[in-house]
Amino acid sequence: MPHQVPVEVEKEIDQRLTRYPDKRSALLPALHAIQGHFRYVPEDLVEWLAAKLELDAIQVMEVLTFYPSFRQSEPGRYHIRVCRTLSCAMAGSHVLMDALAEKAGIDRSHADHHHPICVSKDGRFSIEFAECLASCGTGPVCMVNDDLHEQVKPEDARRLLDRYS
Amino acid sequence: MSISYKPGKVPHPLEHRMIFRNVDREGWDPGIETYLREGGYESLKKALTMAPVDIQAEVKTAGVRGRGGAGFPAGVKWGFIPPNNTKPVYLICNADESEPGTFKDRYIMHQDPHQLIEGMVITAFAIGCHTAYIYIREEFPYAAKILEAAIEEARGKNFLGQNILGTGFDLEIHVHRGAGAYICGEETGLIESLEGKRPYPRIKPPYFPAAMGLYLCPTIVNNVETLCHVTHIIQMGGTEYAKLGTPNNTGTRILCVSGDVQKPGYFEVQVGKVTLGQLINDMCGGLRPGRQLKAVIPGGSSAKVLRADEKFKLKDREISIWDIPMDFDSLAACGSMAGSGGVIVIDDSRSIAWVLNNINAFYAHESCGQCTPCREGSLWMKKISDRIVAGKGSPDDVDTLESVAYRIDGRTICAFGEAASWPTESFIAKFRDELKAATSDSLKGAIVNPETKLAAASVKH
Repeated sequence: MPHQVPVEVEKEIDQRLTRYPDKRSALLPALHAIQGHFRYVPEDLVEWLAAKLELDAIQVMEVLTFYPSFRQSEPGRYHIRVCRTLSCAMAGSHVLMDALAEKAGIDRSHADHHHPICVSKDGRFSIEFAECLASCGTGPVCMVNDDLHEQVKPEDARRLLDRYS
Repeated sequence: MSISYKPGKVPHPLEHRMIFRNVDREGWDPGIETYLREGGYESLKKALTMAPVDIQAEVKTAGVRGRGGAGFPAGVKWGFIPPNNTKPVYLICNADESEPGTFKDRYIMHQDPHQLIEGMVITAFAIGCHTAYIYIREEFPYAAKILEAAIEEARGKNFLGQNILGTGFDLEIHVHRGAGAYICGEETGLIESLEGKRPYPRIKPPYFPAAMGLYLCPTIVNNVETLCHVTHIIQMGGTEYAKLGTPNNTGTRILCVSGDVQKPGYFEVQVGKVTLGQLINDMCGGLRPGRQLKAVIPGGSSAKVLRADEKFKLKDREISIWDIPMDFDSLAACGSMAGSGGVIVIDDSRSIAWVLNNINAFYAHESCGQCTPCREGSLWMKKISDRIVAGKGSPDDVDTLESVAYRIDGRTICAFGEAASWPTESFIAKFRDELKAATSDSLKGAIVNPETKLAAASVKH
């Protein structure tokens, strides 16, 4: 089944388009609107978006594939980003990552630079390392969807995940 | 919403709160009525009675230097817009806060968004701009919502929109979300991103944003904190503002401290009036019990590292690391930079190889890939330091690492090349023996899986 862009998402994109003198500028906002609905950007919507913004599909693809925040495959219902960068790493973010992945039932053994996101079998959670989340004074930090969690101890992993069901 | 608000947290006596006056303040909220109750938008009303050139002159007199990292005087930057320009002028607020160790703009946008909007309207008026954008990193989703709500509130009071407060001045501000790329903090990369492209930085010359920026029109890109300072400069006047801080390093700035201190946090101080020692020992409660200082990265992870036992030469005296005044010129004289104000403290429990490896992994991940020396070199630096951390480095690796760094530095379109290579250059210059000791003759360059080795290494520390 090809993906359909819901009316409210297209309305959001149309509204964002009015903010720029050039349609191409609305590409990031449009990708955010699509990902906000599907949790990733389905490949069959690339052509749709390109037509909408009067671009070639490759111009959408090159942006979609560059930016780490855009996903090309479906993550879990709750997507976790653990900060990997220095201050959080010093505060124990690698141990936190292991604890979160274990409690969420996620196998990260195949994670690499090109496939940073790993999803749990039940599809509830996915997890990846993110670079600096700009909350270095309260490390280690992680984001679950839009929520920032600070000073998360590995032993709090279970409790944190239980808040998202 | 998770916005990290700690009501009633009392500022340290060495602080001078101006930009952060309302951060963590009891009873404060980001709404416009609260802001107006405390004299909000009075600076804007004052500015709208002034000539734009006079506002620019006040900001120049104030001497405020950019708080995003480069430390370039904001008033001078504004003056680079060509005088005979006929194209639209754009203002972009750089809210991409992404330099590792920096966490200040987050709190301004979450807790005091109208201070930023007021600064932006004044700046737009001063430079003749009618469309402005806030480029905010994707990882601040609530801040983006708070700013959009604040913009609507400001429009409702006619501080934005058409014919602002009856002066005939029009301005719209739009929030534009990034998508997780550090390079979008570089102003020309940010502009490309705002145009809907990959954020490949543009080469200067000719693409100085003030002359050829967004849509090839004159564009001023200023950091969140810098734009907030404009509000206060107009309120107190450039001459009064310049009395804060120290000569050529005026005003206040927010220092963010993380790493091995007892109480990490953010502190707004007069520039140059507080030393690194006061910051670490008085404001952050010192190091953890039984620990010694090993090194400090004083201005975000791109800044060159300072070793704890170094002696530094200022113009008039020789000082220890503890006595370095936290200002632009002193930190430059010490061979590093004030950068974005992100201070990362490293104690003697840390392995230098491990710290450097973490930094190298960051830059390898964030290189945009446009220039070959940076795209390839940042990855090589990561791989070599992965190997050293995994205990599989050969003694040659330290020299190889150094040679790679010096082949990136100065050979790229944007300053990311320096940002990526300065950590390696400075860590090797200052900790060569420790790094060499982490390698061994018997091991020759095996390829390792960094994921598992790094996790193991972090347990050790």
